[in-house]
Amino acid sequence: MSEEVKTPKLDDLEKGPWPSFVSEIKTAAKTNKMAKDLLGQLEQSYEDKIGHWKHGGIVGVLGYGGGVIGRYSDLPDKFPNVSHFHTVRVNQPAGWYYTSDILRKLCDIWERHGSGLTNMHGSTGDMVLLGTTTDQLESTFQELTAIGFDLGGSGSAVRTPSCCCGQSRCEWACYDTMKLTYDITQHYQDELHRPAFPYKWKFKMSGCPNDCVASIARADISIIGTWRDDIQLVQDEVRNYSKAGLDINRDVVNNCPGKCMDWDGNNLAIENEYCVKCMHCINAMPKALSPGKDRGAAILIGSKAPIMQGAQLSSVLIPFVKLDDEESYKDLYEVFDAIIDLWCEEGKSRERIGEFIRRVGLANFVEAIGLEPTPEMVGAPRDNPYIFYQIEK
Amino acid sequence: MAESVKVEEVADAMFRIIKEGQGLKKYKATDLQKEMIEKFGADRCNKDLCKKAIRILIESERCVYTYFGGSFIEIPHREAAAND
Ligand code: SF4
Ligand code: SF4
Repeated sequence: MSEEVKTPKLDDLEKGPWPSFVSEIKTAAKTNKMAKDLLGQLEQSYEDKIGHWKHGGIVGVLGYGGGVIGRYSDLPDKFPNVSHFHTVRVNQPAGWYYTSDILRKLCDIWERHGSGLTNMHGSTGDMVLLGTTTDQLESTFQELTAIGFDLGGSGSAVRTPSCCCGQSRCEWACYDTMKLTYDITQHYQDELHRPAFPYKWKFKMSGCPNDCVASIARADISIIGTWRDDIQLVQDEVRNYSKAGLDINRDVVNNCPGKCMDWDGNNLAIENEYCVKCMHCINAMPKALSPGKDRGAAILIGSKAPIMQGAQLSSVLIPFVKLDDEESYKDLYEVFDAIIDLWCEEGKSRERIGEFIRRVGLANFVEAIGLEPTPEMVGAPRDNPYIFYQIEK
Repeated sequence: MAESVKVEEVADAMFRIIKEGQGLKKYKATDLQKEMIEKFGADRCNKDLCKKAIRILIESERCVYTYFGGSFIEIPHREAAAND
């Protein structure tokens, strides 16, 4: 490829011990002219202190309403090779497991049809293929489907569901996150590819309250593994931690948010009915403690990042469900479908489900979807003193 | 329930309002659904029928999905941001 692009501002982003996306783009630029113009345009953006991308809203593949994010350069004469620079979202495998063979095939496809640059993975969870032209979209899609991949979601639709690795590698997983993620992806295919909602809708599945996919902060429906019996406890292992120097009172007991642990120097006692399943003690002493045996998940609703309104965390919708088989999934889908129907009927344009619940009130919402209110649904104690009630005789 | 409207009829009715609204109003899938249920009556037209009608419009390329803050269904056109 012809002479190197001068990028003094971007070069700064290569300093330090961490990997740099600039170094990666420079490597790609040696053989790919899109990557080379991308470097040039990015440097120009830092120089001008303005992004030089225009958002496109129409490009896509036939039949689908999502999966491609249109991007055009607003400096096409100066950087003609990124005049079109669309992003393709590819539905990732549950738990982000790949074979090296399939990764090579994916990269080969992308080098043939796009810039060769990928983002593994985007914050949505999808595999993100960065930069191609409109005329390459259909052929990219054909080749991806031929090796078993599909596009992910974008727009006012179900977004690509994502999960932690769950029972495939983690002993704390309280349900099979990967199986549920696969099932949800299949069940909501139409809603994923054909946007018909007021706004985006994300499902994220975590196997335990450590919530490695941050579902409580990023998903309209967060399905978080939990248990309802006692924490499993091996006293000898607790003693071993103590002997090895762990200050159990300072580092475990005193940090328990349920204030339900006691360590007398020889025995650890847990009042399980006050445990809020925060995972702290289990994380601190993994050989001694583990989640109970009666495992399932809590269903939470309503988190989102701050786009239209401020950020919100999910709050409890169903405190505990068993998720052992496809039958139990069907019960979940009934609840989700009732919520989606209500939101499609009454939700405003660009209103996430969490904002909708805030607007109409939790009590009205649960009544409308036919759920019995439970104390666990209360996200925070009320702070309005002007509510009066009478005790029924 | 009275006899359902034919899906092609719903698709045609949707196409007409999208075309008439072109440049004036963008329609989401839910807007089209509400319009159709109002037009044909809830006893002759429902959400599933509307979903199928939208699919016909998209797969025949009479309409395309677009995204401008939210997702819409429009007549294919050259978008303003596009470079040649
Ligand atoms: S969320 Fe829990 S189950 Fe899933 S990987 Fe993290 S620690 Fe393991
Ligand atoms: S999981 Fe959390 S709340 Fe429960 S006993 Fe352990 S530290 Fe306490």
